Amino acid sequence: MSILKKNKTFSIPDFTQSPCIDKVGVEERVARFQTRSIKSTTKMQGLKMILNMIDLTTLEGKDTPGKVKQMCFKAQHLHDVHPGLPNVAAVCVYPSMVETAVKAVEGSGVNVASVSTAFPSGQAPLDIKIRDTKFAVSQGADEIDMVISRGKFLSGEYNYVFDEIATIKEACGKARLKVILETGELVTLDNVRRASDIAMYAGADFIKTSTGKIQPAATLQVTYTMLEAIRDFKLATGIQIGMKPAGGISNSKLALHNLVMVKEVLGGEWLTNEWFRFGASSLANDVLMQIMKAETGIYQSADYFSKD
Amino acid sequence: MKKNKKITWDYSPAPESAAHINLKKKYVLYIDGKWVKPSSGKYFKTINPANNETLAEIAYANEKDVDKAIKAARKAYDTVWSKTTPSERAKYIYRIARLMQERAREFAVIETLDAGKVIRESRDIDIPLACNHFFYYAGWADKLEYAFPNRKVEPVGVAGQITPWNFPLLMAAWKIAPALATGNTVVLKPAETTPLTALKLAEIIHDAGLPPGVVNIVTGYGDTGAAIVEHDDVDKIAFTGSTRVGKIIQKTIAGTDKKATLELGGKSANIILEDAPLDQAVEGIVNGIFFNQGHVCCAGSRLFIQESVAEKVIDKLKHRLNSLIIGDPMDKNTDIGAVNSKMQLDSINKYIKIGLEEGATMYQPECTLPKNGYYCPPTLFTDVAQSSTIVQEEIFGPVLTIQTFRTVDEAIQKANNTPYGLAAGIWTDKGSRIFNLATKLNAGVIWANTYNKFDPTSPFGGFKESGFGREGGLHGLSAYVKLK
Repeated sequence: MSILKKNKTFSIPDFTQSPCIDKVGVEERVARFQTRSIKSTTKMQGLKMILNMIDLTTLEGKDTPGKVKQMCFKAQHLHDVHPGLPNVAAVCVYPSMVETAVKAVEGSGVNVASVSTAFPSGQAPLDIKIRDTKFAVSQGADEIDMVISRGKFLSGEYNYVFDEIATIKEACGKARLKVILETGELVTLDNVRRASDIAMYAGADFIKTSTGKIQPAATLQVTYTMLEAIRDFKLATGIQIGMKPAGGISNSKLALHNLVMVKEVLGGEWLTNEWFRFGASSLANDVLMQIMKAETGIYQSADYFSKD
Repeated sequence: MKKNKKITWDYSPAPESAAHINLKKKYVLYIDGKWVKPSSGKYFKTINPANNETLAEIAYANEKDVDKAIKAARKAYDTVWSKTTPSERAKYIYRIARLMQERAREFAVIETLDAGKVIRESRDIDIPLACNHFFYYAGWADKLEYAFPNRKVEPVGVAGQITPWNFPLLMAAWKIAPALATGNTVVLKPAETTPLTALKLAEIIHDAGLPPGVVNIVTGYGDTGAAIVEHDDVDKIAFTGSTRVGKIIQKTIAGTDKKATLELGGKSANIILEDAPLDQAVEGIVNGIFFNQGHVCCAGSRLFIQESVAEKVIDKLKHRLNSLIIGDPMDKNTDIGAVNSKMQLDSINKYIKIGLEEGATMYQPECTLPKNGYYCPPTLFTDVAQSSTIVQEEIFGPVLTIQTFRTVDEAIQKANNTPYGLAAGIWTDKGSRIFNLATKLNAGVIWANTYNKFDPTSPFGGFKESGFGREGGLHGLSAYVKLK
C-alpha cells in the first residue's frame, strides 16, 4: 500500500517488522548523553530554548476558567523581573478550556493545544473521539494532543491504531496533531518504536511520550528511541516530524540532556519549538531559577517565582 | 510552509583541569624500593600527543639497570615475598587499589596527557578498571587452593612484564595484580611513549609499603624490554604489544623454561546480522573501532554487514560519525582524541593511502582537527574485499573496513579468514544465532550485542597470531602459578 502525504508518496511498512531495540544498548547510549558537559553560554542558550519549547500544561478534573486564565498569563509573563525571556510555546488544556485559553493568549504568539480523543485513557468510541477533536479545533485549538488506543495496540490491532490516527488527523484540519503513545503502558522499547512508526506513517505531526497520568513517563530511554524513529522516518520519507516528551521532566538538567539528545540524534533543525516541545508544568520555574542563578551567581528563593 | 531554520548549539569548551597534577621534570627508575638514576645517564622525552609539548624526561634503562631490577626482584622473592602469607599479600594489593582509587582523577588526567586518549575514557574506563583489577586479584590471593582444587599452588618467581601504550595503566594493572596475588615479584617496563602512569603507580606502590624489590619499574625503549626477555633469571614473560615483537620474544625464549603469555595484535570481525537491533549495532560499531582512537588490540576493525541491511546500516553509521566530537582529549565532551604518537599517525596514514590506492571508497565526516598534535578523523572504507591490504593488516587506528555478506556461513568464513583470532562481535536479536556463531568463530573473546566490554572477572586473550594465555578472571591466575 502506498499513501500520499504532504505531497510525497511512500509505501507503508509492515509494522510487525519495526526495528527491534536493545534496551541495554539504549541505556548505555543515554548514559553517554548524560556525561555531556553543558557550560556557560551553551547552558544559557539551552535554558532559554527550553523555556521557549514548553507546553505549559494543566490537565486536571478540577480545572476551571480561573485557573486556566492564570496559567495563560504566566505563559506570557514567565518572569518579568528578567527582561528578554521568551514566552512558552503553548498552553495545553482540556477541550472545555480551549475557549478560555484562546482568549487569554490572543495576540501573544503562544499557541493553544488541546488534548482530545477521550484523554487520557482513549477508551471511547471513534465517533466520540472525532467529535471531541472537532470540538477542540472549532474552539480555536492550534494543536491537538490525541492518545492512541493502547488496548488495541497491545492486542496487536496495529491497523486499527493506524486508521484511528489517520481519521483524527483528518478531523484536525489545520491544527497540528501530536500523537501520545503513553509509553508507560506500552512498557517495552520495541513497542515504543513500533507505535512511533505507526503514528508517523498515519499522519502525526508530532509524536509524544505520555499523558503525564502514567508512570514512568518521558524517560530519556523512551525519548531517545522515539528520536531515532523520527530520524529514520526522515531518512525514509523526507518528512520532518516533531517530538514532545511529556511527564516527569521537572528540572533543567534533565531538560538539557533531552536537548543534547535532539542535537546529536536529529540535529539543529529540530532545536526550535516548531519541532520540539516539553510537556511540563513545573519545569519552567526550575529553568527560571537556573537562569537567575547563572546571572546573579546565587540561587534565589522559590518564593520569588510565581508558582502557576 | 515556514522555512525551516537550523539552530546552532555547540558545546562550550569543558576542559578538565590539570592544575592539580604534579609532574616531576625528570623521572628515574624504581628499583628495590628506591628511585635510582639510570646507569646509562640517558633520558628520553615523553610528550603530550595532543599538542606535542614535552611532559617530562624519563630515564632510559640499559642492560645493567635491568639486571639490577631483576636481581632486586629475585632477592625480594627469595627473602620476603615468597614467605609472606597470602592474606598479607592481599592486604598490600587492596591498599594499592584503594590508593589508586583515591587518586583516580590525577591518574586519569595524566593518562590523557601522556597517551592522547579522551578524558571521558580514562576517567570512566581506564582508571576504574585498573583499580578493579587490583581489587579483584586481591580477593584471590588467599583463595588460590579454591582456584586450583586438589593442586598445590606455587608462584613462578620473577615476572618480566612489558606493557603497551594504548592502555598504559590498565595493562600494568592486568599484569601486576595477578602476579602479586599469586606471590611473584615483578619487573615492569611501560611503553616509551606512555610511561607516566606506571611511574605514578610506582609512587603508590611505594606509599603502600610494599617490601622493596617486589615491584620494580624500568623505563626505556625496545632494547630495555629485550634485556628483560633475554635475562637468565626471569621465570616468566608477560607481553602485550605487536605480533612482530611477540614473535621475536617467542624466538628469544625458545629452549628456556621461561613461561610466557603474549597478548598481540588483532583484526577482529564485528558481524551485523539482518535481524540485529540496528541502531544499537551502530553504537557497537562506533565503540568497536573508535574507542581509544582505534588503538585497541581487540578493535572491531573489520565490519561485516548482511547485505539486506547493509545500506541502511552504512547510512546510519555515517550519520552517527557526524555527531562525534573530535579534538582536545582533555575536553570532557570529546569523543575522539589524539593518536598516540607521530609514528603511529604516519602508519595509519600509510594504510589510508594504501586503501585509496587499492580502489576502496573512503568516508570521513567533516571536522576540523586541532593544528598541533597528531589527529586522525574517524574513517570508513567501503568497496573492500578479503584480499585488500587494509582488510588483512592491523591498522591500530580509527579506520574501519566494511564488507557485506549474504549468509551466516559466509560471515563465519570471512571472519575466520585472518591470521589473527583475538575478538569478534555478533549482533542479532536471536539467541540461537549467537550460540551458533560463537561456537564457530575462532576468537578468544566474543561479544554479543555489545563490543569492547571489559571486566576483571572475565578472561581476555587470543588464538593464532593474536597470542596465547589469558589475562583476567580465574584464567589469569594460571599464567603466574606452578601447579603441583
